[in-house]
Amino acid sequence: MWTPELSLALALAIPALGGVAVALLGRYPNLREAATLISAVLLAFNVAYLVEVAQSHPTLELATLAPGLHLVFRLEPLGAVFAAVASGLWIVNSLYSIGYMRGNGEKNQTRFYVCFCIAIAGAMGVALSGNLLTMFLFYEVLTLSTYPLVTHKGDANAKRGGAIYLSILLGTSIGLLLPAVITTHFLAGSTDFVAGGLLAVNDVTPAIAGVLLVLFAFGIGKAALMPVHPWLPNAMVAPTPVSALLHAVAVVKAGVFAMLKVGVYIFGSDLIAATPASDALAWIAAISIVLASVVAMTKDNLKARLAFSTVSQLSYVTLGVMLASPLAMLGGALQIVMHAWGKITLFMSAGAIYTATKKTEISQMAGLGRYMPWLFIAYTVGALSIIGLPPLGGTWPKLFLMEGAWESGHGLLIVALIASSILNVAYLLPISARAFFAPPEEAGLKKKPPMLVILPPVITACGVIVLFFLIGPLRDYLAPVFLSSSLAAEAAP
Amino acid sequence: MDMLASFLPAGVAHHAPVLIVVVPLIAAAVAAFMPRGVMAWSVALATSVIVAILAFGLLGQVGAHGVVSYDVGGWAPPHGIEIRLDRLNVPILLLLGVLGVLSLIYALPSVADEIAKKQQALFYSAFLVCFSGLIGVTIAGDAFNVFVFLEISSIATYTIIAMGVGKDRRALTASYNYLVLGTIGATFFVIGVGFLYMATGTLNMADMAAVLEQNGHNRVTQAAFAFIVVGLGLKAAMFPLHVWLPNAYAFAPNFVTAFLASTATKVAFYALVRFVFSIFHPDVAFVSMSFTWLFAVVGVIAMMVASVQAVFQTDARRLLAYSSVAQVGYMMLGLGMGTAAGLSAGLLHLMNHALMKGALFMALGAFALNFGVRRVKDLAGLGKTMPASAMAFTVAGLSLVGVPLTVGFTSKWYLVTAALERGWWWAVAALMISSLLALAYVARLLAAIWMENPPSHHGEVAQRRLAPWMVLVPMLILAAANVYFFFHADPLVGLAQAAADAVMGGR
Repeated sequence: MWTPELSLALALAIPALGGVAVALLGRYPNLREAATLISAVLLAFNVAYLVEVAQSHPTLELATLAPGLHLVFRLEPLGAVFAAVASGLWIVNSLYSIGYMRGNGEKNQTRFYVCFCIAIAGAMGVALSGNLLTMFLFYEVLTLSTYPLVTHKGDANAKRGGAIYLSILLGTSIGLLLPAVITTHFLAGSTDFVAGGLLAVNDVTPAIAGVLLVLFAFGIGKAALMPVHPWLPNAMVAPTPVSALLHAVAVVKAGVFAMLKVGVYIFGSDLIAATPASDALAWIAAISIVLASVVAMTKDNLKARLAFSTVSQLSYVTLGVMLASPLAMLGGALQIVMHAWGKITLFMSAGAIYTATKKTEISQMAGLGRYMPWLFIAYTVGALSIIGLPPLGGTWPKLFLMEGAWESGHGLLIVALIASSILNVAYLLPISARAFFAPPEEAGLKKKPPMLVILPPVITACGVIVLFFLIGPLRDYLAPVFLSSSLAAEAAP
Repeated sequence: MDMLASFLPAGVAHHAPVLIVVVPLIAAAVAAFMPRGVMAWSVALATSVIVAILAFGLLGQVGAHGVVSYDVGGWAPPHGIEIRLDRLNVPILLLLGVLGVLSLIYALPSVADEIAKKQQALFYSAFLVCFSGLIGVTIAGDAFNVFVFLEISSIATYTIIAMGVGKDRRALTASYNYLVLGTIGATFFVIGVGFLYMATGTLNMADMAAVLEQNGHNRVTQAAFAFIVVGLGLKAAMFPLHVWLPNAYAFAPNFVTAFLASTATKVAFYALVRFVFSIFHPDVAFVSMSFTWLFAVVGVIAMMVASVQAVFQTDARRLLAYSSVAQVGYMMLGLGMGTAAGLSAGLLHLMNHALMKGALFMALGAFALNFGVRRVKDLAGLGKTMPASAMAFTVAGLSLVGVPLTVGFTSKWYLVTAALERGWWWAVAALMISSLLALAYVARLLAAIWMENPPSHHGEVAQRRLAPWMVLVPMLILAAANVYFFFHADPLVGLAQAAADAVMGGR
């Protein structure tokens, strides 16, 4: 029988079993890649079904650790959307991985694909988790499973990057997030995600809630709020498919998704608004947005620039949570979707350029547009979406966030958002301009790049355009989450 | 539990409390006369299996009756010697039995490598004496016999630590240092017991408690408290009385370290709990003051200082030894909370820590067996050359940090919850900082194991070489237990809570 509960279990089991299959088929590269692709497609179908049934909140108890400590999956619209983004892009990214890993003759490919599967399973666990404990567990699974991916190259640089990656992510999660989780459990008697906010329902005072909010905001290191962001630029030593799917989609989005979920279901927007901490955190997020953009401008390495751009864009979500108005939170949720599609396009473009020409620095990329026109068109579309221009998906989150900022009386923050968009133009578009209009440095690039690294970014660029027109259904799907949270909190005086 | 109660034959079940300590003592004598090491080992292994079975049987009896009292030689307490089992010491007994079996399976190849053939039988004999001493401390119902068995186990421990001399002569100084300090500790303890005897006129612990409750406390009993805490604290490696421990663990034979790290300090900690909670009373002013200002403070300092020291060690076993001192700090903190939740969290961590450190030291022993590894940097590349042992080491190491999916997480959860219940925010902060320090030193070990390449000797890269199965199996069982008891925390949490409730009288 195909039930929603079974489907929840499968969302975890498919990538996990995919990982086992990949490990067993390690000696036959073609079969191994087929296993990855089949898992990705199956997962996407499974998640599509979950998206359908999310409104009925299917629940699945995975394990009872001890009295009062449960591992539970409970589906709700936010998680369904995050799962859909991660699993959908996994298909595209798997195609891309094959092209990239083979094109660059990388070693240890089996380990790479196995860890990738586990990481996706971790992301699914975060997306579907029904309480903080479950979320924390899969959050850590995601951290540990991506470590071998970050250090894939195995040279001194990769080890250094990996060390920073692991120490910041594990350090913040154990040092700040874990005490926040346990304190929540202590105050509320459970860690369940509750409409209207678990802490609000349990009448926790704004002062204590404020302390917890700070612990969560910095403890969820994957959200890369400054100053806990350095792991992200350092993770760029990983092969590009990892940067693309994990450090533009699954890992970082797991972070901001967790932040959003904590904001909506643990605090509730009214409690956040009542704490003095939320104003301070909103400003830290705004500073993060602008400062990371400024740093991005100074980077000549394309992946490093994109990484700092990600740091900046992630803080949009945190900002949305801290503004605590339904519109701003909706903007944050949409940013998870829109930024994922835009940024993965940019990262896959960077990897395609590297595969075809071995170039990593922006200053070397003059004239490449004539050599790879489709790729750079895709890149430009992705960049314009990140900037927030219509008719591209990235428009909507910025619009909602600005409205939300106005609505919650933080008009000044709109300046930061506008400044960031201008900075985005300044650091993303010159790359396109140089590629298309500057004369090429060297002639003789005759060999065509592999199709499998060009096609995926083109697909996601098309997705960015489609998403612009899908805003109606998306908004209708997500809106109840934020409206009900504020309504439920109002109903419970 | 009732089902468990009846699985021993009636006669055995009745005498189980005394058999559990007498069997290893007799076996020690038998082992000493064995002509070959393997035969002595068989005796030791058989003994530990018997102890484990008896411990399970006693767990069932205690589960059914609450308290099992046995009069040695038929002489009734308070004049006769009483063996007394309740919900507090039966879990410790179980720990001793199970880890005894596991580490003895592990012992054969490890000991064969490290100790001269002629001495092996005597070594196993000394080990059995130590084993029975630890059991005796755990089950003794009167204070003087706690001292006797403590000395039996200690003197045997000095011997088996010194046996590490085959690999490193520093084992002798390590053992000698421990001997001097251990003797001071034992002296303090016996002076304390003497004072208590003076004040109460009895040595039976239950009797002592009753008399103290009736007569109240005075200077003599306060002095007794101080002497006993210092004496047992030294045995339990309570900071700053831990200085004997790092060298003892670093230079003892690997099997001895694995066994002692998961049992010996635990037994001393149990004895401390027994005295502080059962004989003295947490409600007495000077006792409750010592909780906050002695145990909790000293525990927190240990968690910080010893963890920092661990980060900077170059010898792998010394590193884990300092970590052990820090982990004892966790237990002291739990005790110091003076609540049932705090004590049960401390006892839970006691059991979980035995699982972690047992696996970690066993893995280090396996590395030493195959490649002679001692220093942290020698661990390089073991992920490639000894993948199974390295995996076990990794799981247990992550458990030490408190990563979810391992029991370390469960420990931390209950400790933090207990601290919050007590309103001790600073303790929560200390627990987290100490976890981060644990992350730092565990990361050093794991980075060497997984991220470095195997060293090459004379141009030849070290080849993959699996540890012998007798080394591998107990290590993997312990590592798996670290994961299993995360998903099924109920049994251990239940034992710890029942123990705390028994000793706190449901307060």
